[in-house]
Amino acid sequence: MAMPEWLRLRRAQPVSAEDAAQWTKCPSCGEMIYRPDLAANLWVCPRCAHHFRMHAFDRIAMLVDTDFTEIGGELIPGDPLGWTDKVPYPQKLERDREKSKLTEGIVCGFSSIGGFPVALGVMDFNFRGGTMGTVVGERIVQLFERARERKLPCIVFTASGGARMEEGMLALMQMAKTTLAVRRFQDEGGYYLSVLTDPTTGGVSASFAFQADVVLAEAKAAIGFAGRRVIEQTIRQKLPENFQTAEFLLEKGALDMVVTRAELKDQLVRLLDYGVGAKQQPRVPAEVRA
Amino acid sequence: MNVIVERERGLLELEQRIAELKAQAAQQPVDMSAEIAALEGKYAQIQREIFGTMTPWQRVNMARHPKRPLGSQYIAALDQFDELHGDRHFRDDHAIIGGFAKLKGRRVMAIAQDKGRDTKEKVYRNFGMPSPEGYRKVIRLVKLAAHLGLPVVTFVDTSGADPGIGSEERAQAEAIAQSLYELADARIPVVATVIGEGGSGGALALALADRVMMLEHSVYSVASPEGAAAILWGDAARAEEAASRLRLTADDLVRFGIVDEIIPEPLGGAHRDPDAIITRVLDRVDVALAQFVGVDPDVLLDRRYAKFRRIGAPS
Repeated sequence: MAMPEWLRLRRAQPVSAEDAAQWTKCPSCGEMIYRPDLAANLWVCPRCAHHFRMHAFDRIAMLVDTDFTEIGGELIPGDPLGWTDKVPYPQKLERDREKSKLTEGIVCGFSSIGGFPVALGVMDFNFRGGTMGTVVGERIVQLFERARERKLPCIVFTASGGARMEEGMLALMQMAKTTLAVRRFQDEGGYYLSVLTDPTTGGVSASFAFQADVVLAEAKAAIGFAGRRVIEQTIRQKLPENFQTAEFLLEKGALDMVVTRAELKDQLVRLLDYGVGAKQQPRVPAEVRA
Repeated sequence: MNVIVERERGLLELEQRIAELKAQAAQQPVDMSAEIAALEGKYAQIQREIFGTMTPWQRVNMARHPKRPLGSQYIAALDQFDELHGDRHFRDDHAIIGGFAKLKGRRVMAIAQDKGRDTKEKVYRNFGMPSPEGYRKVIRLVKLAAHLGLPVVTFVDTSGADPGIGSEERAQAEAIAQSLYELADARIPVVATVIGEGGSGGALALALADRVMMLEHSVYSVASPEGAAAILWGDAARAEEAASRLRLTADDLVRFGIVDEIIPEPLGGAHRDPDAIITRVLDRVDVALAQFVGVDPDVLLDRRYAKFRRIGAPS
């Protein structure tokens, strides 16, 4: 597949110094993988099927038919609390912008998937651990508001450590703000699919991630409310390996389905097909009438 | 050790001496009024020194004070209360108390988080950390309130949602997400008051409200100071430093437009006069509810949307 123009522009510079290195080690099985092979395999380890965390724009390129029009990209975070810990917050943001070539932890916009026009939001763990601050919240709300106006289905990929501490309560309030936007979108007939990717925790899992009409998860993704370490400290024992995985949650009844990355696009297209315009479908389906 | 409890110790000793002197004075013909007045003056001075200006960390400790009035006390002070139990799926979560109530004659749905006072009660209430069942009970009660047209009144006091294995197995994140989702479109007024600790998403799940109030020395935070310190510096002991940065005090949150009203506490904190503070809170809730009477539900929902929509929006 030829690289679309918008993606090529994004990729004018190498993403990081790491990118120059052509080999990468699978964190799960230790296999050394030639990076172009890894990319061609949708960032899934060819040996053990470990799903690497994906860059938001790689994810978008993997899903969309052709074009992607970004919205809210001009919004960048300020420093409302004047926050400093080891380094000042603005420095952390600058570092993450350089590292990830993103302006925030989510990319939102419009495109089409399998011929279905969609509003699409993709979080990226490379930017502040995908944490939700005011700009992430604002971009999500704008996405849902515009999807509501344009009567488009909305798909959001989550990857997040939760609310962003450096923006304090303003970050926590984004849970309420996004919830209100999602609710209004759905109340007016909007169709919302969420795909929980590794990892989805805290304030993001406890808001828009688990408010979708259909909640999917990528294979092996870590999903939960409290972080694994917090739970281990609380109960003072080691947790089983599969705890808080997508497969574990599927078994517990918390998810609609777990999909591998290879199946993902086809699965989304099938789900879009069930929901989009279903209210307008003829009362007797064509195959019965024939 | 709670830093407020520590600082109070000297005051309590002084208080005791004053009481002893007064008792002596009542029995003996000697005039001790000058001595008593001097001690009382000293007492007032120390009290002002300790509580006049409090650091964020001191407020965290005040919010966690072992004698601080608890959710169940606010519930008990209502004119009438009929508890409704359980989530209809798994069990009744005792960290959240909810039910039909009358507040100054007004029919409401009252919902409170409660940490428990003594050890036995704390265990019973899971230290005020709700499990998914607690939030599912909230969802059920909010639905019922909307069905009958009763306003919802919540009292928030939790260090956070329960982080245990069982809570994760029963999808804590989904329960909180759905509690927010229910409140987002509940066609009745919702008034939330943070009476102690507003611990992150576990608190917000009861506070997506038309009016959000805080007691003067309560705190409301994106993460506990200990949790934040552990993440930032790998050292939970730096909680005091984290508390000073998180902007978790009522003053900060009013400035950010997140909290609408601060309810003042007596000098020395709410526990110095629980009855007075509980009465004051219920009065303020009543005033807030009165403002929503007769407001069209569509208008109410539009305002609720706008209230949160502007938080963190580009100016």
